[in-house]
Amino acid sequence: MSDSVQSEALVKLQNVSKHFGEGDARVDALREVSIEVYPGQVIGLLGPSGSGKSTLLNVIGCILEPSSGWVNLDGETVYDGHWLRSDLRKLRLEKIGFIFQSHNLIPFLDSTDNVAIVLNLAGFSTVEAKARAIELLEYLEVGQRKKAFPALLSGGEAQRVAIARALANRPRIILADEPTAALDSVRAGIVMDLLRKVAAEQQAAILAVTHDEKIYDRFDHIFYLRDGRLETENT
Amino acid sequence: MNLAYYDIRHNMGRFLLTCLGLGLLLGVVLSMIGIYRGLVADALTLSRAPVADIWVVESGSRGPFAESSRIPGDTREAIARLHGIKETGAVTYQSLEANYKSKKLRLYVVGYEPGRLGGPDKIVKGRSIGRSHYEMVADRRTQLSIGERIKLGRNNFTVVGLTNGQVSSGGDPVIYITLLDSQELQFELAPAAARREIARGNAQQGVDLDTVNAIVARLMPQANPKTAVKAIYRWKHLSAMTQLDQENILLRSVVDRARKQIGLFTVLLLIVSTVIIALIIYTMTMDKIREIATLKLIGAPDRTIIGLIIQQALAMGMIGFGFGALLIINIKDIFPRRVVLQPEDGLALAGVVMLVCVLASALGVRLALKVDPATALGG
Repeated sequence: MSDSVQSEALVKLQNVSKHFGEGDARVDALREVSIEVYPGQVIGLLGPSGSGKSTLLNVIGCILEPSSGWVNLDGETVYDGHWLRSDLRKLRLEKIGFIFQSHNLIPFLDSTDNVAIVLNLAGFSTVEAKARAIELLEYLEVGQRKKAFPALLSGGEAQRVAIARALANRPRIILADEPTAALDSVRAGIVMDLLRKVAAEQQAAILAVTHDEKIYDRFDHIFYLRDGRLETENT
Repeated sequence: MNLAYYDIRHNMGRFLLTCLGLGLLLGVVLSMIGIYRGLVADALTLSRAPVADIWVVESGSRGPFAESSRIPGDTREAIARLHGIKETGAVTYQSLEANYKSKKLRLYVVGYEPGRLGGPDKIVKGRSIGRSHYEMVADRRTQLSIGERIKLGRNNFTVVGLTNGQVSSGGDPVIYITLLDSQELQFELAPAAARREIARGNAQQGVDLDTVNAIVARLMPQANPKTAVKAIYRWKHLSAMTQLDQENILLRSVVDRARKQIGLFTVLLLIVSTVIIALIIYTMTMDKIREIATLKLIGAPDRTIIGLIIQQALAMGMIGFGFGALLIINIKDIFPRRVVLQPEDGLALAGVVMLVCVLASALGVRLALKVDPATALGG
């Protein structure tokens, strides 16, 4: 576990529930989930298919509104029975970085622009955004592919560009959905080490949904989700 | 960062092909507008050629283009003596088919008195008619050249001059011959019929050859056309109309149905274009669902996504219109009838296309705004 546990949690969820449908058709995706993630921590979310992992990630990413509970991100309460902010996209832009299983790079933007777009949306000029993007790509050791379009990148390179995009606006919270699913064990290990490095250097909290047993040892904590409940916690 | 520009640049080939397809469609719309304008221009060409102020025709007739009109040839002298009349000319009009290089050539024959009103407005090559018989001035669309001879009726005529763009309301090229020749061509009976008429006791082949279809008159600068028309109506066997009346008759009567038909077809084409543009934009948006979801997830506001769709639609419309306009400008002379492309029509269509693109984007924008950012997360 990281030494930074003593500082204030970046992600705090208390008794968060989420259900879909009503009556006989009701599905409880999350049941009274409480979790705290601290700066520098890399957390793994495990569980069988349909256990609520993606729902939990969507709730923390402010994509899905919980049915009840309390959500605090980076010291700001964003949900308390209802969303407390109307500009959730801006909130995501400011506080949260996303890493996807299939990279989700914009196919018509090269590596630099895929990273720079986040900064551009955050208000940086194109020149500043591109400069920071190149800096990040070099930090993630993929600087030599800064002009390459996603279709020409290998899986590992694409995932590094995706990580660079997630880090571009220096978010304190990084949500990763199966970040190593498309990678072999060597590259999966490299990506996870990279995420650990980022978490440590930028004091960010990283939550990753995974089924990839090869990388279990790279997590500070692993939470198991079963039938919407956070059942066990391993260190 | 202009996402529309980046997307277009990345998929340049596909985008240009789409624009080319749209350009062909918009080219057809533009050509229909040009054909419409050409039809109107053709209809007015002949009535404008004499640069007349007044048209005198047979009583009760709206001739000589909308209805037949026959008046005595000496009417011209009577009209010329009216107060305010500066110049006059007697004219005949008729359609005929002549044999030319073993094929049929449709012609619209105008008979006039050389030196008086009613002749060609401008001769672009050669000279005007100098002899009283068997010379003609032909429009270039006849494909006749100076010095060529062609048989009209029972006589051979020599081309001595060429005009440009002189056609009838039906699109047939115009030839000018002397009034005497045209009267013979129009009113003289065939030899057998003439012999029969003479046998019946009708002298001079039974018909009076000194008949014309209309008298055209030009007024003195201070003269009022309506007053002149009123004065002519005192003759019970004559009708008169101003040049404006003649043009209105041509447009509202002679080419009215063709005009409305083409106008309606143009509107239908515009509607079809709108639907096609909407479908193209919708499909383009469908292709980008995942990217739109990703953009929403990383915090892009709606205006960025709407901008991406509308800017692409506008670019497609502009480039497509450019392709279409370029195509029609280059091939308009191949059309058998005149295609008149006016800058104001082009600008109006460009404006309509831009509006259509914005409206057609509505479907794509609606789809994009409904995209759930969570779509980006799944598998």
